[in-house]
Amino acid sequence: MKMRNLIIIAFRNLFRNKRRTILTSSLIAFGVVLVVVFGGLAISFKSQMIGILTNTAMGDLQIHRKGYVESIDNQPLHLTLSGTELADVEKMLNGMPEVASYSPRIKFGAMISNYAQTSNIRLSAVYPEMENRTVSELIKRIKGQITSPDEFLKPGEILVPENLMKGLSLKIGDEIVLVATNKDGSVNAVTLRIAAVMENVFGPSGKDGYIHIQDGQTLLRMDQPEIVEIAVHLQKFDRLNGVFEQLMKESDQPESSIEVHTWEQLSPFSSITRIVDLLILVVKFILISIVLVSILNIMTMSVYERISEIGTIAAIGTPPSRILSLFLIEGFAIGLLSTFGGIVIGIGTLSLMNLTRIDFTFGQMDISLAPGIPAGEVFWIAVIVMFVSLFAGFHPAYKASKMEPVDALGHV
Amino acid sequence: MINYDIIQKLVTFFGIIEGKLMSLIHLENIEKVYDTGEIPVQALRSINLEIQTKTFVSFIGPSGSGKTTLLNIIGCLDKPTDGKVFVNNIDVGMLNRAESAVFRAKTIGFVFQNFNLIPVLTVYENVEYPLLMLGRIPLKERRSRVLRLLEKVGMTDQKDKYPNKISGGQKQRVAVARALVTNPQIVLADEPTANLDHTSAFKIISIMHEMTNEFGTTFIFSTHDPKIVGEAEILYTLEDGAIVNTEQRKAV
Ligand SMILES: Nc1ncnc2c1ncn2[C@@H]1O[C@H](COP(=O)(O)OP(=O)(O)OP(=O)(O)O)[C@@H](O)[C@H]1O
Ligand SMILES: [Mg+2]
Repeated sequence: MKMRNLIIIAFRNLFRNKRRTILTSSLIAFGVVLVVVFGGLAISFKSQMIGILTNTAMGDLQIHRKGYVESIDNQPLHLTLSGTELADVEKMLNGMPEVASYSPRIKFGAMISNYAQTSNIRLSAVYPEMENRTVSELIKRIKGQITSPDEFLKPGEILVPENLMKGLSLKIGDEIVLVATNKDGSVNAVTLRIAAVMENVFGPSGKDGYIHIQDGQTLLRMDQPEIVEIAVHLQKFDRLNGVFEQLMKESDQPESSIEVHTWEQLSPFSSITRIVDLLILVVKFILISIVLVSILNIMTMSVYERISEIGTIAAIGTPPSRILSLFLIEGFAIGLLSTFGGIVIGIGTLSLMNLTRIDFTFGQMDISLAPGIPAGEVFWIAVIVMFVSLFAGFHPAYKASKMEPVDALGHV
Repeated sequence: MINYDIIQKLVTFFGIIEGKLMSLIHLENIEKVYDTGEIPVQALRSINLEIQTKTFVSFIGPSGSGKTTLLNIIGCLDKPTDGKVFVNNIDVGMLNRAESAVFRAKTIGFVFQNFNLIPVLTVYENVEYPLLMLGRIPLKERRSRVLRLLEKVGMTDQKDKYPNKISGGQKQRVAVARALVTNPQIVLADEPTANLDHTSAFKIISIMHEMTNEFGTTFIFSTHDPKIVGEAEILYTLEDGAIVNTEQRKAV
C-alpha cells in the first residue's frame, strides 16, 4: 500500500470524531501559541536588555590587567596597562576583523565638591570619539546640549550623574572640583565645568561620571595614559563566544598581562537573561507535556475504539508494520496541523503586539519590546512538536500493530 | 519479503515428483485448548480434514461447537495447540505474523458475520483495499477488477457511498466483493448470514455460490441455520469440538 493511501485513511479517521480532534488540536495549538508568543516576548526582552547593557556602558567584552576584576570594587590604580603593553593590546584588537571598535578608559574614584558640600563619585575618563563608537547608546543618556556625538565631552568638562546633581544641588554650567588620590598616594585636584547630566542606568558604571582622558591623566598625574579598562564592541554580537575564546587564548599565554571578560561575566544582571532562557525552556517543557499527553490520550482512545476494525484489516492481510504506520501517521497529522495552526496564530499575535509596541520600564531601563521570533526558533518548535507527536503516538500504534487478529475481531 | 509464488511452484513441483501432493487444505490432528479461564476449554479435538479446490463447504453445529475456532485456524488467524495445518501445501504454522498477513492477503478472502467494512472507506475503496495490500497492481487494473466485482454483486450504483449509508444485505454483498477481488483460492465466511433477513441471506449464499463457480474458489462457511445449508456440496457437522458427521452432496 502506498503512503498516500495510508495518509488518506489516517486523515479520514481524524475527521470521524471531529469534536475530539478539534479539542486536541486546539490544546496543542494553544501550547504552540504560548511558546511562540512567550518566546517572542522573552527573546526580544532579552536582546533589548543585553543591548542596553552592552551598548550604553559595558561593551561586549572588556580587557583589564590581570587581577583587576578580582579587586574591581577597590578600583585599584596600580593594575593598569600602559606603554608597550597597551600598544600590544591595541595592535591585537586592530588586527581582529570581528572587532568593530574599542575604548580605553581610566576608571577611578574621586571626591566631587561644589565648594560647599563634598561627595564621592566614580569616574570614567575616556576618549569621547572611541567611547561613542564603542557604546553608541551612551549619548542617549546625556541630558543637555552636546555639539556632536563624537565630541560629547571636551577637555575641562564633566558629565555628572543625575543623583549627584540633585544631591549637591548642581546645575549645568556650574563649576566643580574633583579631588583624587593617585597610585603613589598623593592628592591632586582639578576644576571642571558641568557640561551635561548623565541619566542613571542599571549595571556597572551606571552611575559613573564622565571626564575627558586628558583631565583624568592630569588629575592622576600620569605622564602617559595608564588604562584600567578597554571596552570592546564587536561587529556582530553573535560572534562573542568565538572572539572571547580567541582573546582567552592570547591572555592565557604566560607572558600576557591581560585578562578578558564578557559582559555576562561582569554584569550582575546577566543572570536575568539566564532566567529568561530558563523560563523559555520551562514553557517549552509545558508544550512538550501538552503534546505528549494529548496525543497519547487521543491515540489510545482511537486504538481502543477501533479494535475490531484493526482485527478486520489485519485479517484481510494488512501487515503489522502498516497498521503501525497508519496510527503513527494519524498522531503525527494532529501534531502537524496543530503546530501549523499554532504557529500562524502565534506569529499573528506577535505581529499585532508589534503594531502597538509594548513599552515599560524595568529597573531604570526604558524597554520598548518589538517582539519577534527568529525563524530558526519556529522551526525548532515545529520539529519538537512533530517529534513528540510521533513519540507519543508510538505506544498506542505499536499496541495496535501487535494485536492478534482473532482477539481483535472477537472484540465487539 | 518472501516470494510465495516461487515457493508455491517449487512445492508443487516436488510434490508431484514425490507423488504426495496434499489437498488445498489439509488438517492433521488439530487440537485447540483455550487455557484462559478457570478450567481449560477443549474447543477442537483431533480434527483431520481434507478440503479440495473448487468446493463449496459448510460447517454446521450448535453454538460453542468450535466452528469459529476451526475457521480461524484454517484462515491462518489462529494457531492450533497441537497438530499441523497445511494451506496450499504450506505449513502455515511456520509463518510469523508479517508473513502470515502477506499469505492471507494472497490466498484467503474473508467474509464476516458483522460485515466489517472499513467505515472511513467508500464501497469502492473497501473493495479496492485488499488489492492495495498485494501491492504493485496498476491503478487501471485495480479499477477494472473492483468495478467487475461490484457489478457481479450488484453494487455498482452504490460504489461512492460510505458503509453507514447502505443496508446490511448490501454491506455483505460489498464484503463478498472485497473477499473475492484478489481472486483468492479460499474464501472463509463465519456465519455470514447471521445478521441478515432470510431473503438477503439466501441472496448472499447464492451470489457466493455463483461466484465461486465462476472464479474456481473454495468456499467455506459456517452457519447454524439449516435452511442456508442447502447449497453446500460438503457438509461437516461439528459437535463439542469434533467432526461428527460428513455429508457429501451434489451441487445444486
Ligand atoms: N478466546 C477464547 N477464550 C476462551 N474460550 C474460547 C475462546 N473462543 C472460543 N472459546 C470456547 O471454545 C469453544 C468453541 O467456540 P467457538 O466460538 O469456536 O464456537 P462456535 O461454534 O463458533 O459457536 P457460535 O455458534 O456461538 O459462534 C466454546 O466453548 C467457547 O466458549
Ligand atoms: Mg462462532
